[in-house]
Amino acid sequence: MPVQVVRHLDEALDALAAMPRAEPIAGGTDLMVEINFGRRRVSDVVAIDRVDELKELRTGREFRVGAGGDTRIRVGGGVTYTQLLTDGAGSVALWEASRTVGSPQIRNAGTIGGNLATSSPAGDTLPVFAALDATVVLRSREGERRVKFGEFMTGPKRNVRRRDELVLAAEWDDAGPAQTFIKVGTRNAMVIAVASLAFVIDAARRRVGIALGSCGPTIIRAADAERFAQGWLEERGWDRPRRPTEAERGELGRLVAAAARPIDDVRGTAAYRRHVLAVIAARAFDRLAVMT
Amino acid sequence: MRIRLRVNGTERSVEAQDHESLLTVLRDDLRLAGSKNACEQGECGSCSVLMDGELVCACLVLAGAAADREVRTVESLGTMERMHPVQQAFVDAGAVQCGFCTPGFVISTVALLRANPEPSDAEIKEALAGNICRCTGYGKILEAVHRAAGQRV
Ligand SMILES: Cc1cc2nc3c(=O)[nH]c(=O)nc-3n(C[C@H](O)[C@H](O)[C@H](O)COP(=O)(O)OP(=O)(O)OC[C@H]3O[C@@H](n4cnc5c(N)ncnc54)[C@H](O)[C@@H]3O)c2cc1C
Ligand code: FES
Ligand code: FES
Repeated sequence: MPVQVVRHLDEALDALAAMPRAEPIAGGTDLMVEINFGRRRVSDVVAIDRVDELKELRTGREFRVGAGGDTRIRVGGGVTYTQLLTDGAGSVALWEASRTVGSPQIRNAGTIGGNLATSSPAGDTLPVFAALDATVVLRSREGERRVKFGEFMTGPKRNVRRRDELVLAAEWDDAGPAQTFIKVGTRNAMVIAVASLAFVIDAARRRVGIALGSCGPTIIRAADAERFAQGWLEERGWDRPRRPTEAERGELGRLVAAAARPIDDVRGTAAYRRHVLAVIAARAFDRLAVMT
Repeated sequence: MRIRLRVNGTERSVEAQDHESLLTVLRDDLRLAGSKNACEQGECGSCSVLMDGELVCACLVLAGAAADREVRTVESLGTMERMHPVQQAFVDAGAVQCGFCTPGFVISTVALLRANPEPSDAEIKEALAGNICRCTGYGKILEAVHRAAGQRV
């Protein structure tokens, strides 16, 4: 297996097209674990971590809490968590999710494209992309495909990416300040989520997105909970901040927990996951409702 | 596969296996055993090195993908006679027991102090979250980082 180090997008796409078994490697934080443990044998590898076209970061304006409006955000597939945390993520929730990933070593190397391509149900950026209704931009020598995140990930570690395609970028409309990502783990740093939640209230577009991680075979949109929050905001008025009552928060939490399809595993039981989702969803609702 | 890279300021050329990591190249081919191999899955930080100035786990870098990179290992920091300020601080604070984790902690501390010369306890804990020590209970390591803070690293 030759490892081919490429420096331009075209070179990377040519290499993937020419070598039918080639796999890209970016930060290596998922793929190298597989290789080190002999779980995956790779034949040809294309190292894409020096491709500048994949590191594009367009947050419209300097990212800050309170930014909103009609800006389109675009994050390149090769952007690392450290780069997002330093230069701005174009989404508070994505920034928060990036901050919880691994350790400095992992955040320096690991990329958004790697998280998307791996499509682990515990991938921390994935509930955020689901809640933002983000578009995954795939590129091969044949051209470009744009797929909504909901259609991109099809199961645990499964997605619609063809092997000759790269995750070029993720794109979404700036959803404003009322968004958050909450992750529950067995300790404070370096954890795979036991359960996670992304909650977005886009007041400008009158839209609510709620998505769950580590609570089923794929990322789950809590559609009933989204409708409930949407109805509540319609009634209250999208731009008249008021806290939900305890009963309203409880109902939102119940609907989120009901959407989950969790299992018992070493990190937690299904019952615990449901419980924790209800708690963090209610908390997020309470916090975000006064921000719109 | 032959790869060229710069290690601790010297141009090196090694014959690496296809699936080999930068860590095994450093340890087995270049005989730089300062970077330790404990988990090979990014969890323990004992293999931490600076690659183009950035802190990474050498076990997660595919050797072939490190071609033409500049790598700094713990061996580049100091000698027995003239220790690096961070190494000296670890000795002075008694932050070393079995010592297996120490090279990784030292490198991570250097990376931290270059970016943030006077870190708080919380900032130190976050910066060292990717390094595991089975012996010290971390108290003395925290003290060592404070001792090294403010010095030229
Ligand atoms: C110790 C440790 C802690 C971790 N903690 C977390 C955590 O808290 N949260 C979390 O979500 N993840 C975590 N991870 C997993 C991992 O760091 C992330 O999934 C990361 O985003 C992977 O990115 P990468 O660039 O390192 O991927 P790589 O390992 O380089 O690649 C992973 C897969 O994606 C493919 N790929 C990579 N880039 C592209 C692209 N642009 N286009 C197409 N395919 C591509 C590769 O071919 C490969 O199949 C952790 C990993 C480790 C080792
Ligand atoms: S050996 Fe690399 S992190 Fe443990
Ligand atoms: S001193 Fe023994 S592992 Fe840290």
